[in-house]
Amino acid sequence: MAVNKENAPAADSIPAGGAFLVAPLGATRVHAPESFTDDQRMYYQTAQQFMVREVLPHIDRLEKKDYPLLVSLLRKAGEAGLLSIEIPEAYGGLDLDRTTSMLVAEAMTLYGTWSVSIGAHTGIGTLPIVFFGNEAQKAKYLPKLATGELMACYALTESGSGSDALGAKTKAVLSPDGKSYILDGNKQFITNAGFADVFIVFAKVDGEKFTGFILEKGMPGLVVGKEEHKLGLRGSSTCQLSFEECRVPVENVLGEIGKGHRIAFNILNMGRLKLGVGSAGGAKNAINLAWVYARDRKQFGKAILEFGLIREKLARAVARTYAVESMAYRTCGLIDDRIASLGGESAAAHEQVIRVLEEYSIESSILKVYGSETLGVVIDEALQIHGGYGFIEEYPIERGYRDQRVNRIFEGTNEINRMLITGMLLKKAVKGQLPLMEAVSDLDAPLPEAPAGPLADEWRAAELIKRMALQVIQAAVTTFGMELEHHQEVLAAIADVVMEAYAIESSVARTLAHDAANPVRHAIVRLFTAEARERAFSRARYALACTLKGDDQRQAAAALAKRDEFVITDPVADRETIVTAMEPTAGYPIR
Amino acid sequence: MKILVTVKRVEDPYQAIKVKPDGSGIISDGMNYKPNPFDEIAVEEALRLRDTHQGEVVAVTLGNEKCVAELRQALAMGADRGIHVRHDGPLDSDGVARVLAKIVEQEKPDLILTGKQAIDDDQNQAGQLLAEYLHLGQATFASKKESLESEAEKAKKPGLTLLPGGKAIEVVREVDGGLETLALPLPAVVTCDLRLNLPRYASLPNIMKAKKKEVKELSPAGLGVDMTPKVTTRRFAAPAARKGGVKVPDVATLVEKLRHEAKVIS
Ligand SMILES: Cc1cc2nc3c(=O)[nH]c(=O)nc-3n(C[C@H](O)[C@H](O)[C@H](O)COP(=O)(O)OP(=O)(O)OC[C@H]3O[C@@H](n4cnc5c(N)ncnc54)[C@H](O)[C@@H]3O)c2cc1C
Repeated sequence: MAVNKENAPAADSIPAGGAFLVAPLGATRVHAPESFTDDQRMYYQTAQQFMVREVLPHIDRLEKKDYPLLVSLLRKAGEAGLLSIEIPEAYGGLDLDRTTSMLVAEAMTLYGTWSVSIGAHTGIGTLPIVFFGNEAQKAKYLPKLATGELMACYALTESGSGSDALGAKTKAVLSPDGKSYILDGNKQFITNAGFADVFIVFAKVDGEKFTGFILEKGMPGLVVGKEEHKLGLRGSSTCQLSFEECRVPVENVLGEIGKGHRIAFNILNMGRLKLGVGSAGGAKNAINLAWVYARDRKQFGKAILEFGLIREKLARAVARTYAVESMAYRTCGLIDDRIASLGGESAAAHEQVIRVLEEYSIESSILKVYGSETLGVVIDEALQIHGGYGFIEEYPIERGYRDQRVNRIFEGTNEINRMLITGMLLKKAVKGQLPLMEAVSDLDAPLPEAPAGPLADEWRAAELIKRMALQVIQAAVTTFGMELEHHQEVLAAIADVVMEAYAIESSVARTLAHDAANPVRHAIVRLFTAEARERAFSRARYALACTLKGDDQRQAAAALAKRDEFVITDPVADRETIVTAMEPTAGYPIR
Repeated sequence: MKILVTVKRVEDPYQAIKVKPDGSGIISDGMNYKPNPFDEIAVEEALRLRDTHQGEVVAVTLGNEKCVAELRQALAMGADRGIHVRHDGPLDSDGVARVLAKIVEQEKPDLILTGKQAIDDDQNQAGQLLAEYLHLGQATFASKKESLESEAEKAKKPGLTLLPGGKAIEVVREVDGGLETLALPLPAVVTCDLRLNLPRYASLPNIMKAKKKEVKELSPAGLGVDMTPKVTTRRFAAPAARKGGVKVPDVATLVEKLRHEAKVIS
């Protein structure tokens, strides 16, 4: 692995996954866009220039599913190195860090169809071979996936099993001569299937052992179905696949028989993180479009940008986006630090990378859910700022609105991810990997002192909300015990509280670490926190209401209310600070 | 063909520039920097010439330690090696030209390419002074005949033409309302204008390779150049805020206002 060992922090100084919930943010440094290296900035610039010069001029044709054009542009992206970021050097890749991969993914969000097509190729299509392929498979496929000579896709979902991915029906049976597996079944909604050469397919060996396979275009019995017509991402390919006695050589088994779930879930961890980052990128694009429109559109004799309600929408969108961006790069930074601290070479290193991605899977799910929902809200408001024109195809916000909707559905629906967030926290606690129960028993200890200086109230808010989460977790575990997993409304509400805590803390920590004296950032974090704490409180109260009856509920709610401290805020002043700062950048004010 | 090309670190032009309250300079806190866009055009032209005629492209920058980032960008685009003349104090065009002259004496390039000016102080002098100090021919504002959308541009053909024999170069330059074609004996100094080419973006592998390329650090003192500026900047001031416009009901009022308020016609 190409890791920067000189700057690698010691492993024990890097917070563990989920640890944010039980420990106040001490002196640990948080990563943020402000701490990108010069190289990382250059990679981002290249990615952005590539979009502006090579992709955006072709949107009209690409939206009409011009796949030859799409594939030729993907190959051009290969020439620029955009397909090989996470591929090892030995196989023609660049083997760069996750932060770079995220940054590049963020740049790709300038066009939804493109972002999803290239993401399916480099992420879910290529990474299974990077992480789980054997030498021969890596040597055969990775160099060509790196250049784009081969295009990849990933087929997990079936018509009968979406969220319940392990309930797949596609079956693989060893042929009598022992040379191949015969696959029968179907897959649904497979991105890039219409032009892919390599298919990562999951099937159950003998109907039981969930296993990954590498299929190739042209294998007899592999049939690509017709294109779906979709609400958004219209230029991307989404097809059914069917396997009719499809013969796959045994050499093409990916990883171990019966261990397909490791591939499927670990690839999703990375995908979820990337979706969070991509959401921040998409939200910034929408904010930029909305700001320019608001500046140019005149009603009642002035630019609508001058109206309080328009300014409020813009400021809130900026504040939420800043939070997602802060969480996203903080998490990537943690992952990169952890990987760098392990050192390690090649094959062993990939096993380590997988472990590290698993370690931070709670954060990855948080980013998936919080990112996609933030993007949803931000684009919705950006479209609203466009009035009727936002409803018209000529305006890019219309496409953005349609394109983002699926983010809440794929890579694990937000319902599934919410349950995972709470479920994984509890699981870590049970395994002794996270001192959750200890933290719960300390619930009424005085709060740690906030660092002196700006944003002390916001720092405190993060700690209070963590305690709200812990209080609700305690109530839920005590009330439901092992049955808690069946109380989805409680699991999801807990996840919401946990997410708000991570969002506030990440925004505060980023600001204090990188630009502590900037009044624009203070306004952003204050405005965000004021809203986030109300959402958190309301979700925590709801969780208690779903958990406790009668006086128990009353008492718990009273204890919860004590954590909902009153803070004087001035949302109008903060809004004005933020919107005024948007002028020089013509949109999202933080660069 | 050996080409020396200049790269200056400048403020990102798409950012708001704020002047310090005392007018002594601009606020650099939180500012993003990038290579001077005209220098990027010079680098691109150098790379195309090198790729067509073989040889070497040496990028040179002058300034504080941070300038290495912009030098690396030139290397990532494809320049072969870099020279960083480390200088932390103020710079004027004359100092820059004298330092460059020393570098040219050391490196003996066949061609020196610079941006026509740096977009920070817009001096438009360093290239001209350099040619003067070295007694070389110069062509300013190099441009090209084809448009930036042309096939030649897509094929990344150089806009400057090495003449048969390789001892002289033909340069098309922009003049008021047209183009002028010059031939200069090499070595020569050419400053590059906006429409000469469309600079490439660095590919990711090239960004990585750039890290391993040689960057030599020199100092003005080591080169025997006294950097005391001949021209000093006394004061910076932001342009006055734009006043809101007015709509006039008819042409007569417009003429009236132009005559008596704006006093631009009589
Ligand atoms: C454009 C597009 C591209 C895609 N690309 C790919 C791809 O490349 N490869 C691939 O393998 N798949 C892909 N998918 C499939 C996608 O991952 C699935 O659609 C997704 O996982 C949801 O599965 P489903 O559609 O079957 O919904 P279902 O699982 O049927 O879910 C329906 C609803 O029920 C909810 N639900 C389900 N289970 C539970 C539960 N236990 N508790 C509470 N609520 C529950 C869900 O949250 C959802 O709201 C793509 C889908 C789309 C739309």
